[in-house]
Amino acid sequence: MSDAKQLTAAQRADLRTIAAMIVPASDEYKVPGADDAAIQADMLATLGRDTTLVAQALDHLAKLAGGPLAELDDSRRDAVAQEFRKLGGAAAATLVRVVLQCYYRDDRVLRSLGLDPRAPFPKGHVLPDGDWSLLDPVKARGGTLRGASR
Amino acid sequence: MKNDPVDVLIIGAGASGAAVAWSLADTKMHILCLDQGGWMNPAEYPSTGRDWEAKFYGEWSSSPNIRKRPEDYPINDDNSPIKVVNFNAVGGSTVMYTAHWPRLHPSDFKVKTLDGVADDWPIDYDALTPFFEENDRMMGTSGLSGDPLSPLSHPPMPPQPLGLSGPLIGKAMNKLGWHWWPSDTTVATTDYEGRARCINLGHCTPACAQGAKSSTDITYWPHAIRAGVEVKTHCRVREILTNEHGMASGVVYYDKDGVEQFQPAEVVIIACNGVGTPRLLLNSVSGKFPNGLANSSGLVGKNLMFHPYAQIYGFVKEPTDSNRAPPTCLWSKEWYDTDLSRGFVRGYGVQFVRGAGPVFEAVTSEQKGILPWGRDHHRVFRKLNGHRLGFSAICEDLPEEHNRVTLDPVLKDGHGIPAPRIDYTISENSRKMMDHALARGREILEAAGATDLCVNAPIPWGGWHLLGTARMGTDPARSVVNEWGRSHDVKNLFIVDGSIFVTSGGVNPTSTIQALALYIADQMKQRLANLFD
Repeated sequence: MSDAKQLTAAQRADLRTIAAMIVPASDEYKVPGADDAAIQADMLATLGRDTTLVAQALDHLAKLAGGPLAELDDSRRDAVAQEFRKLGGAAAATLVRVVLQCYYRDDRVLRSLGLDPRAPFPKGHVLPDGDWSLLDPVKARGGTLRGASR
Repeated sequence: MKNDPVDVLIIGAGASGAAVAWSLADTKMHILCLDQGGWMNPAEYPSTGRDWEAKFYGEWSSSPNIRKRPEDYPINDDNSPIKVVNFNAVGGSTVMYTAHWPRLHPSDFKVKTLDGVADDWPIDYDALTPFFEENDRMMGTSGLSGDPLSPLSHPPMPPQPLGLSGPLIGKAMNKLGWHWWPSDTTVATTDYEGRARCINLGHCTPACAQGAKSSTDITYWPHAIRAGVEVKTHCRVREILTNEHGMASGVVYYDKDGVEQFQPAEVVIIACNGVGTPRLLLNSVSGKFPNGLANSSGLVGKNLMFHPYAQIYGFVKEPTDSNRAPPTCLWSKEWYDTDLSRGFVRGYGVQFVRGAGPVFEAVTSEQKGILPWGRDHHRVFRKLNGHRLGFSAICEDLPEEHNRVTLDPVLKDGHGIPAPRIDYTISENSRKMMDHALARGREILEAAGATDLCVNAPIPWGGWHLLGTARMGTDPARSVVNEWGRSHDVKNLFIVDGSIFVTSGGVNPTSTIQALALYIADQMKQRLANLFD
């Protein structure tokens, strides 16, 4: 898909910066940030039908920042991000969702959460059967069905 | 282009179209079904890929307005707090549903008699009983017989495991002394009729790659086709034509190449759901039927019922099933029947939700403001992810004529056919019901130890259940079809989908829709000699 080409270099730079503000890298949890190169590449490669709204969101962000987001000092950048999150509407929500959906399918991130980085099919999952005696009080209480003829 | 005439033409290959086709097949009539969608390929279902969660926000969205597959038609639902969701393919919305499988209760068929509101149905629960049972066998249901507060059912397969989430909910409900029970579902828990058992892919709603979730493309249709029914896909019906006697003569449709065709038929059966059916009838205007076909009552498109969903969820310390199980496993009927001391009439069913996958958790929790940006994101996410428990009340929506489907004056589908427009408001009674449900949900979740409670009421993209827009009844002035699904106005035109519901009950309707379709097919078979009298 060539939609990624629709984001300009400046937009891609701001996407990287805002992504790191949403999900920063963490030594404590041993995970990359959402500005990680592989995660960014995934975002750009799979933007697809979200490209237009993400581009709109990045334009709005650039307007709020008055220049590249990365060049602002920390407090100003935080203020811009807060305003963007608060007032950015559907476009900002789409951008955030794109960041999160690519971040939370990265192998390193999933492993850090204790999850197997794979598609659900064909392996599936195993469920414990659970304690069916929990139903005993419900059975004991019984009940009647309103309006039933028998 | 004109095709050879058929005895029976069914429009729509979803839940009801498949059931009626299968049942009528034993008449050996020439039966043709047209569907605007095609056959789905399970190898392409979301759960086969690493981007399985992301697809639900795009090409596998439950909203046709977001999904925008060529098979979809747009719906103007700007003037409704509840948006229409559906799926257009062979199998219809059974391809994309949660497989929760309650039946309407006996009391749902006589709400006027019992509670003095809306109207009684022209048939009762007992008339449908054999067809509920037949449908459960055909679809393949799992569950535990003996629920004291639900109609008796006999699921051929055992219930889903309670898993991790079920006992948490069960203990909370027991603490509060409230009813709960394992849901009947159309998820195969054992190998069944050539279908493999559930392996807990978890991402059930947007189609099951394992084939464990029953959808009519893998249940009814293989049987119906073997019995001689013909299905033509990617054929979108524009209108139903009538002859000089006021009988349906056939349909005009666009074939897979976009070529306009005429298909003559002796009998036409509509199975297009509570939005698609009134849309088709209203688009079928002629000199004899200037207000749309089968609309002498003026009720085509009116009385739309959705079921407003009141959802509340929270997060417990214990791990839950998250995305590692079918999303629903338990129900409650504690508040199903009318108790006027609650401040509203009628009631609601409850379905409990096991949890969510990591992307869905991150996106929805960020939107709710409980998942922060920045340094604390990881700590909070680990507290939320894999710890969600949910409660959803399916509130009975009473029929109101101002809630309606009409034709949008501007919006059209890819073939230039006028699209449906929805005008819908949530009634005061439903609002009170949702408030009551949210308060009960809060008590349950708190009893389970949940915190960080979040509410969606109504669930905006929760218009799964499309009901009431061509209601059945014995009075032609107050209904569109009679007590066995035949149009009062057009004697060879039948409707078998959710649009013929008189009231909505407080449960997912697909089981009842299909039982009704089988009942109508049976009535037709019994009356073949004088079907048009």
